[in-house]
Amino acid sequence: MIPDDLRYTKEHEWVRIDGDQATIGITEFAQDELGDVVFVELPPAGSRIDANAVFGTVESVKAVSDLFMPLTGEVLEVNTALVDAPERVNEDPYGDAWMIRIRIGDVSELDALLSSEDYGRFIAAGGSES
Amino acid sequence: MKRTALNEVHRRAGARMVDFAGWEMPVRYEGIVAEHTAVRTAAGIFDASHMGEFRIDGPGAAELVDRVTTNDVGRLDDGGVQYSVMTNADGTVVDDLLVYRLRADSFMLVVNAGNTPKDLDWLRTHNRFDARVTDISHRTGLIAIQGPLAAACLERHAGTDLAALPRYRFLETALDDVAGILSRTGYTGEDGFEFYFSAEHAPALWRALLDANRDRGLRPAGLGARNTLRLEAGMLLYGNDMDEGTTAIEAGLDRVVRLDAGDFIGRDSLRAEKAAGPRRKLAGFRMLGADIARDGYAVHLDGEEAGRVTSGSPSITLKTNIGLAYLPLERALPGTPLRIRVRNRSCPAQVVDTPFYKRGRAT
Repeated sequence: MIPDDLRYTKEHEWVRIDGDQATIGITEFAQDELGDVVFVELPPAGSRIDANAVFGTVESVKAVSDLFMPLTGEVLEVNTALVDAPERVNEDPYGDAWMIRIRIGDVSELDALLSSEDYGRFIAAGGSES
Repeated sequence: MKRTALNEVHRRAGARMVDFAGWEMPVRYEGIVAEHTAVRTAAGIFDASHMGEFRIDGPGAAELVDRVTTNDVGRLDDGGVQYSVMTNADGTVVDDLLVYRLRADSFMLVVNAGNTPKDLDWLRTHNRFDARVTDISHRTGLIAIQGPLAAACLERHAGTDLAALPRYRFLETALDDVAGILSRTGYTGEDGFEFYFSAEHAPALWRALLDANRDRGLRPAGLGARNTLRLEAGMLLYGNDMDEGTTAIEAGLDRVVRLDAGDFIGRDSLRAEKAAGPRRKLAGFRMLGADIARDGYAVHLDGEEAGRVTSGSPSITLKTNIGLAYLPLERALPGTPLRIRVRNRSCPAQVVDTPFYKRGRAT
């Protein structure tokens, strides 16, 4: 459920770090909370987005959820297939439904990401800050 | 939070529970899309036990119901059900409800869960007919079976030919051994039934209905699907699409406002409004792009804010995005272009006829 080769945020994004690049998506917990995903909106490639800024939106039948940038960076690639097949977010959140690939702008921000153990504890405690 | 007799059953089925009008209710089991689709193509079973039920009895019962509701109770005979509205003196909506005539001097009213205490007060305040008003909500279970296969699902349990029961009629009958009131009514736009019975039988009856009809495709469905189904069918939700800030005429409930029947609270205002034409009217719209309008989003006409989306959602059946909003009367016509503000973007939409979805007339 929580792959141990990824890092996580309290906003339920996952981050796969690969050299100076990172791939970003939402977690199994996030897709389950949302329910059937029917709409995904992602930024254009080339965008520069700060950590914690909104980079996109996921909507299910009932809910709207902002996507928050785990790290500052430049968007290199966008999974545009999700626009036509948003249900993939439910089916394969850690695989097919990756959302964006970025060039990491500030490696010092990596320290703020959660390990799989920490994220597991966070969702076991309810998965929200409040 | 209040719980229905089926709370434990829902939890064990893996339902996600939410607070709805002070009740802990299942919003979804396997998923809204699957549940919605089951109701449109096979059948779904809903726990609606949170709804409020009142009995109105005695020689003054019919007069009281006639006095507080806009529809014509005189059109009901025993076994008849009527959709109706209670309005304030200014024509704004206290609640929408179903009226069941059990006998000439005995009625059951079914009201929205969140309005139950308010409605009870309202009925008692206006009861100068010496009718007996009893709140039976707490002991009444309500299960809805909705979908094209609903009649087939219930046939064996009812032990009677349900195909012969017309829409908006009810039987005092039993499902398995549970006595109750079975009406051909619903809130989904499909064929279907609602069964009112003594709440303690709910878990056993729910399980029996599901177990016997799983092969037909009967599935539990939650409030999420209930909302997407009713919106497609153009049915209004109290608190969203109408309330004490909107009149029954503005809400487009003219068909249940019988100005020529007996006097009722709000009649003078509604008659005047009907004659002059309402200032605004609830209209359906369809988004022209992929953006989804949600409850509360701003609606713009000619570059100016004209109102708010009262209900907005993806339409699972129509695979488009739909909603309802109040618009100036002269603009509430199919074809009128609108703009809906979605996250600071102005997204095109168009007024369309409601209901958005109409079931086939096969049944």
